[in-house]
Amino acid sequence: MLNRRHLAFWLRVAFLLAAAAALEILCRTGIIPRLTMIPPSEMAARLGAGLWSGEYTADIAFTFANIGAAIVISIVLGAALGLLIHSLPRFRRLVDPMLASYYSVPTFVFYPLLIVLLGLTRWPLVAIGAMFGVVAMILNTINGLDRIPRVMVKSGRAFRLSRWDTVWRIKLPAAAPSLFTGVKLAVTYSVIGVIAGEFILSVAGLGRRIKFAYDNLDNQAMYALLLFVLTATVSVYFLVHGWERRIHRRWRA
Amino acid sequence: MRTQRKSVAYSQIALARFGRNYIDLALFFAALAALWQGAHELVGAEGLSSPLATFARAGVLLSSKAFWGHAGATGLAFVYALAVALAGGLILGLLLGYFRLAGEVFEPIVGAVYSIPKITLYPIILLVFGLTLSAKVAFGALHGIFPMIIFTMSGVKNVKPVLLKSARAMRLSPLAGIRHILIPAALPEIFTGFRIGFSLTLLGTLIGELFASDRGLGFMLIRSIEHNDAETILALTLLLFTASALVGWLLLRLDRRIRRHKEAEPAAL
Repeated sequence: MLNRRHLAFWLRVAFLLAAAAALEILCRTGIIPRLTMIPPSEMAARLGAGLWSGEYTADIAFTFANIGAAIVISIVLGAALGLLIHSLPRFRRLVDPMLASYYSVPTFVFYPLLIVLLGLTRWPLVAIGAMFGVVAMILNTINGLDRIPRVMVKSGRAFRLSRWDTVWRIKLPAAAPSLFTGVKLAVTYSVIGVIAGEFILSVAGLGRRIKFAYDNLDNQAMYALLLFVLTATVSVYFLVHGWERRIHRRWRA
Repeated sequence: MRTQRKSVAYSQIALARFGRNYIDLALFFAALAALWQGAHELVGAEGLSSPLATFARAGVLLSSKAFWGHAGATGLAFVYALAVALAGGLILGLLLGYFRLAGEVFEPIVGAVYSIPKITLYPIILLVFGLTLSAKVAFGALHGIFPMIIFTMSGVKNVKPVLLKSARAMRLSPLAGIRHILIPAALPEIFTGFRIGFSLTLLGTLIGELFASDRGLGFMLIRSIEHNDAETILALTLLLFTASALVGWLLLRLDRRIRRHKEAEPAAL
């Protein structure tokens, strides 16, 4: 029997190829006018040319550096804050409802404020990306710490581990599955935050480049860059997703 | 007598805890306000208006007709977008959850699309719909539909097989099966999807207004950014934040109650 997972995989590939082909035909025959969308093959060709000539390199580097900084900040700060909040039950009771409803607030309303505070540089972008990612990390850190079996902490005490050793050798490994979920979300959210911020207002970066192309009716460049951003973010998603799944599977074994 | 004394003691503890929570909350907000005031002193009123001025501005906004006109425009687009996201997400989620193979084929695709910064798709939406209400609705729905699909799908997938079997045994029509079995059984997940979809739809609608609109709260926000009107930016941010945090919190409580209710059901069912 053909493995069900393989069947699903090949059907998925077939669907995506068919969708791309359909789009290509619709664009080529003019059913979708060129002013609305250009054929996917042209997007890819334009993107290839743009990457080859290096005209996008500076913007790509700018965006990726911002995303990297936002990811690092949200993971480190989120884990530290999660640990802190977890160890202060009274404070935790206070901030719990706020953390839980954090993602119901459109965080981008703070972006203009961040520009005012940090200037029109890369830092408001890093800040909005980190703001978007950090709470997912905090929530998952707390969740992971909650799930540490009490017997483990007790045996740590029996071994008279220092505070640092307890965190390093017991709490962190026991909370790892949750932490990885937090990392996954922090990565995805940081990407969204930075690119969206660039789109709203920025001096450089892929998001700004796309908006600039749109404003100048340069569909070729716009769709080429869109293709790049979508490919990059989807690749990041599958990378982190696969990594998380592998870790969860190993944990269960 | 004894139980009475006990209950008095309990209520005193409860009262004390209640009071302490409120004191904590007040302290927290006082600290927040102090931080804000400090930042204001540091940056100046041009960059960051003081808490007092911001609240005053928010009060002025709330009593102005223009504000409610914009809020109404946002609300209209939001309601349409939410309806589209809810109906579309429910239908697609039920289909992908029920037909296993279709679910396996499309789940990674849906997840990947959910993870992309949808703001980058805004130019496409505008090219297709133009500067209209439909563009705002489409953009809001685009944000909200994916959590609806994902949570409905996983809810339906986790419905116990015995329930589906009993639907077949009772010869329910497909529609009756969906209405009486699938949706009630998957309700907690569907509601979580709705809760997340609700806030994302609002986010999408507001972002849509930021870029291309001549009405709505998002438009008001971008206009005050262009005019460098820190007071209005902050007052709007405050109002949007408070309103959405409040609704988000209420939906979260409802969500938890539905989940608890579900878990309390006898396991045999």
